[in-house]
Amino acid sequence: MNFLLDFLANPENWSGPYGIPQRVLEHLEFSGLALLLAALIALPVGMLVGYTGRGAVIAVVSANAARALPTLGLVVLVVLLFGVGTTAPVLIPLVALAVPPILVNTYEGVRGADADLQDAAVGMGMTGPQVLFRVCVPVAMPLILLGMRTAAVQVVATATVAAFVGLGGLGRFIIDGLQTRDFSSTVGGAVLVAVLALAVQGAFVAAQRLLVSPGVRGQVG
Amino acid sequence: MITFEGVTKRYAGGTVAVADLDLEVPNGEITVFVGPSGCGKTTSLRMINRMIDPTEGRILLNGVDVATVDPPTLRRGIGYVIQQAGLFPHRKIVDNVATVPHLLRWDKRKARERAMELLELVGLDPGLAGRYPFQLSGGQQQRVGVARALAADPPVLLMDEPFSAVDPIVRTSLQDELLRLQSELRKTIVFVTHDIDEAIKLGDRIAVFKVGGHLAQVAGPATLLADPADDFVREFLGRDRGIRRLSLVTAGEVRLRDDNLIAERTDVVEARDRDAPWLLVLDKDSRPRGWARTSELPAAGTMAEAALTPYHGFGRDDSLRGALDAAVLSVTGLAVALDGDGRAVGTVSREDLLGGLHG
Ligand SMILES: Nc1ncnc2c1ncn2[C@@H]1O[C@H](COP(=O)(O)OP(=O)(O)OP(=O)(O)O)[C@@H](O)[C@H]1O
Ligand SMILES: [Mg+2]
Repeated sequence: MNFLLDFLANPENWSGPYGIPQRVLEHLEFSGLALLLAALIALPVGMLVGYTGRGAVIAVVSANAARALPTLGLVVLVVLLFGVGTTAPVLIPLVALAVPPILVNTYEGVRGADADLQDAAVGMGMTGPQVLFRVCVPVAMPLILLGMRTAAVQVVATATVAAFVGLGGLGRFIIDGLQTRDFSSTVGGAVLVAVLALAVQGAFVAAQRLLVSPGVRGQVG
Repeated sequence: MITFEGVTKRYAGGTVAVADLDLEVPNGEITVFVGPSGCGKTTSLRMINRMIDPTEGRILLNGVDVATVDPPTLRRGIGYVIQQAGLFPHRKIVDNVATVPHLLRWDKRKARERAMELLELVGLDPGLAGRYPFQLSGGQQQRVGVARALAADPPVLLMDEPFSAVDPIVRTSLQDELLRLQSELRKTIVFVTHDIDEAIKLGDRIAVFKVGGHLAQVAGPATLLADPADDFVREFLGRDRGIRRLSLVTAGEVRLRDDNLIAERTDVVEARDRDAPWLLVLDKDSRPRGWARTSELPAAGTMAEAALTPYHGFGRDDSLRGALDAAVLSVTGLAVALDGDGRAVGTVSREDLLGGLHG
């Protein structure tokens, strides 16, 4: 507890390029970018595979395989491939981390849209894309958001690896603290990451209220 | 008119769901597809709007082969109602109803107005418009399903067991509502059910299917009941086929007797002279009060003092089945025919009701 208080009470930690606000921004930048890229890959693939039922096995198996990749190992690999100084070493592993939960949940959500519902939609003259976007996706929205949320929380927690390859973010406090034996910095950094992850979680819960129809949530207001 | 011409549907795996079906569905009528489970009713229905394409043969909609029409375009012109209603859970009732108008890119306000109009037409409180499907009962959801199918005013309506998931009381009211709607709208309706009572109640024409996808008989309900084409149809109609026929004939035709009606101010002495074991005592407005047994009348006084037994009445618009029901319920064996104001116009016995059937 003292470590944390020391860390937070230190005015140097609150300003400048090495201050908490700047590090939080960097952290969110990597995380946000990684999540965005992952969503751009996983949402369309998950929707398409879920709706058509084609390629389901491949998609799910490769998503699960991606889950098993050791993130740190991937970071090192990408550094070896691309060299230091780019953001690729952070982004690629983070995207690899975020794709599986988004893809699998989107796939499950769209696939699970009630058959009667799709039958009614087709029977009324909706085209394939209309059935997908006007019926299946809205109905799958809770699961899709759950996937996004899981991915976001994991990405935020894992984006600390950026510090290993000389990039910013909250990982800096942890790593620099370890190196200089300044444990208040390490603990402070870790707590900040946890708080940020919780905040992201909260943001998604709020988004849920906006993006999921009350009719799907099963409660109005 | 919908015409099936030599239509066969063979599914992958070899199941023949529909075998060489030739059938005409006339415009402006309700044609019911009925038959045991798996006999190809749903398959036949879904071939009309190309949810399924036939393996052989063709289906014409007012002379146009449906196979030549782009499926979404075809379907937007055909109302479609399924068993579980299939309402979109994420959309409000009004938007559910306006689905096809939206697909047809109607003006938003016009689509909304039309949706509200339809809610009213199917007997729903317009106050439900802003609700979501989960906030409605099963029967209400089914009404919304019908409203949604009617939204763009399609001439043809396909209904696949639309009322089979609701309880019997709600089902009866939905059936009545459909008949009322149909008397106004005169749509060409194909209605699938496996309930023969529903078929008889709703169908102008009934197509009975047997397993293997063969058409066993097509006929109006009265003909079907009176003259089943073969043993399969006879069996399917069930033992009480005769009783069912009674519900198709209105009681307006039956011959009544009125020499057993008697005003309550009549003297018992005069009443005893009547040649009837039971007398129906009427009040001064000719409304029945009850039956008096002629052999047990009081020694003196008027009929107003006689001991009475309850009577059971029927209206002229009721079916023969209703009249027979009234006669069976009464210890006298007689049913009382009532006019629109509840005045007795005559009585009829069980025997006469049944005899009339064969006359
Ligand atoms: N997609 C399919 N693939 C293979 N066989 C099918 C398929 N759909 C239906 N069948 C078979 O075709 C036959 C007719 O099915 P259909 O759904 O038309 O029957 P139905 O008369 O509507 O029955 P029910 O009263 O149970 O709804 C059945 O034997 C069924 O098993
Ligand atoms: Mg069926």
